[in-house]
Amino acid sequence: VATRVEPATLAEPRTISERLVRFLSRSPVHIALIAIAALWLVPTVGLLITSFRDRSDALSSGWWHVFSSHLTLSNYGEVIHEAGMGHAFLNSLYITIPSTILPLALGALAAYGFAWTRFPMRDTTFLIVVALMVVPVQTAFVPLLKFFREYGHLNQEFFGIWLAHTAFGLPLAIFLFRNFFITLPKDLIEAARMDGASEFSVFRRVVLPLSVPALASFAIFQFLWVWNDLLMALIFVSDPTKRPMTLQINDMLGTYNQEFHILAAGGFLLMVVPLAVFFALQRYFVAGLLAGSVKS
Amino acid sequence: VSAQAPPLQVPQPRRRFGRSGEGSLKERLEGIAFALPALIVLGLFVVYPAYYTVRLAFYNSDYLFDFTGWVGLDNFKDLLTNDPDFLDVSEFPPSGAMINNLRWVIVYVSLCLILGLALAVLTIRVRYESFVKSIIFVPMAISATAVAVIWLLVYSPDPNIGTVNAVINGLGGNPVSWLGKESTVNYAIIIAYVWASTGFAMVVLSAALKGIPTEILEAARVDGAGEWNIFRRIMLPMLSLPISIVTVWLFINVIKVFDIIYVMTKGGPGSSSRVIAYTMYSETFVGGHPGRGAAVAVIMLILMIPVMAVNVKRFRSERVIT
Repeated sequence: VATRVEPATLAEPRTISERLVRFLSRSPVHIALIAIAALWLVPTVGLLITSFRDRSDALSSGWWHVFSSHLTLSNYGEVIHEAGMGHAFLNSLYITIPSTILPLALGALAAYGFAWTRFPMRDTTFLIVVALMVVPVQTAFVPLLKFFREYGHLNQEFFGIWLAHTAFGLPLAIFLFRNFFITLPKDLIEAARMDGASEFSVFRRVVLPLSVPALASFAIFQFLWVWNDLLMALIFVSDPTKRPMTLQINDMLGTYNQEFHILAAGGFLLMVVPLAVFFALQRYFVAGLLAGSVKS
Repeated sequence: VSAQAPPLQVPQPRRRFGRSGEGSLKERLEGIAFALPALIVLGLFVVYPAYYTVRLAFYNSDYLFDFTGWVGLDNFKDLLTNDPDFLDVSEFPPSGAMINNLRWVIVYVSLCLILGLALAVLTIRVRYESFVKSIIFVPMAISATAVAVIWLLVYSPDPNIGTVNAVINGLGGNPVSWLGKESTVNYAIIIAYVWASTGFAMVVLSAALKGIPTEILEAARVDGAGEWNIFRRIMLPMLSLPISIVTVWLFINVIKVFDIIYVMTKGGPGSSSRVIAYTMYSETFVGGHPGRGAAVAVIMLILMIPVMAVNVKRFRSERVIT
């Protein structure tokens, strides 16, 4: 969308008094921004501190008494072992990885078809796919669950949720990849075809290597989407031993109610992967989010 | 000034296999082969289920999700006129899940837009722009479940645990059970979700703001326009497209909001924080009325149709937003 243009750089003030005047005239802006940023940090910082406080402290005083309390890692130990979050972490991985790879692969193949081959009704079909992006997942709950129950109990395995996430991730994948693929230079693809490359090897050796940014953006978006999902898991993961972290934390709310030192540690385990992705891949992450903004 | 090199004229040798118009049969079959796996998955797991659900909305159903009897529009009629948890207009102010969604649309969308816009405009003026933006944006990365846990701690009724009540207590007030009172529960959840979503509005609007040519702003300043007038008469009109994109995104969020409510209140106290998506879940999987659940899903689908139309139209006008 927007090309980056540097914000207006005003002439640098020279004297101290000039600087002072400038700072004072801007100080409302600084104060407002710093206050908002602090306000935004407080809820997370509170939870982070709580996750390191020991039980008796956490139950008797607020997290802001951090300097007079015993800090410990034992909450994380308890959450991982006793509360089952370690197992749930693995389940989240089992659910998320195939649910990311499948729509990535199927979506890229289909997008190549829509971008660089010709077949009857190609553009109409593509428009239908675009429209499917905003079909609410709720319209699929009952029929999919019925189908999964009756054919091989897929909802007792991971297959059910893989299929559901793949199906609802595909329209966005196709949309993004097709829009990226058509921007690739035509000469390149024609040249490869003239050299006798099959369509599949044009796709694999020319188009895919050039499309890493689009593939990465979608992969990150879909990975976080599935990792962070609670609703689809609630419906399609029927075996309690296969539950992801989001559902596990929800169960813990019943067991640990106001024991926030435990809930906080669980919450941070759930957040650690998305936060790592965010800080490591910020550019792709933002691109993926913007791209995914058309999806429901 | 960059002069574009003239396009290279390469003599086109004859293709290995001839192509005419729509392409040879082989080419067409190849194209379909690329698209087919995805289209089969979409057909089986998105399109057909949606058709099934739309049909089910006109039937009674049971725990096996079979069609057990045609009831016409009764499911919709029951929901809209006979179910105070979904829509109750018999007294003022009206209540129910539909009204809660309306409340979400008004409060959540406008707060996110105003805060996002303000932050976009303000952060551009300071050196630590990216630092502030990261802090505001980070909650976008985490799940609604995690947001719910974070804000359960903030709202805890015990002033020795809950941040908000500790502040109120410190100022001499009485602690409030924000999530336990019908009058505050919706706004409490909405504020938690605003906290999570403002970063998106800010990032989109900030990027668009930087796309406004500085000459225009400078010219206005030279002509003596105040900062407020520059914001109102130059920035706002030039931001209308990104603002509409953000608004659509926020609207989609409101229609599908579920996780945060499920974790924070389970729709309670009573049914006071239920929303459409929550009713769909509870009617189908808790209340044992899949037919009525299907009717709710159809209502959600209908609410999405304008968004669908916008997406298709935007795509057709080749104005793709990424």
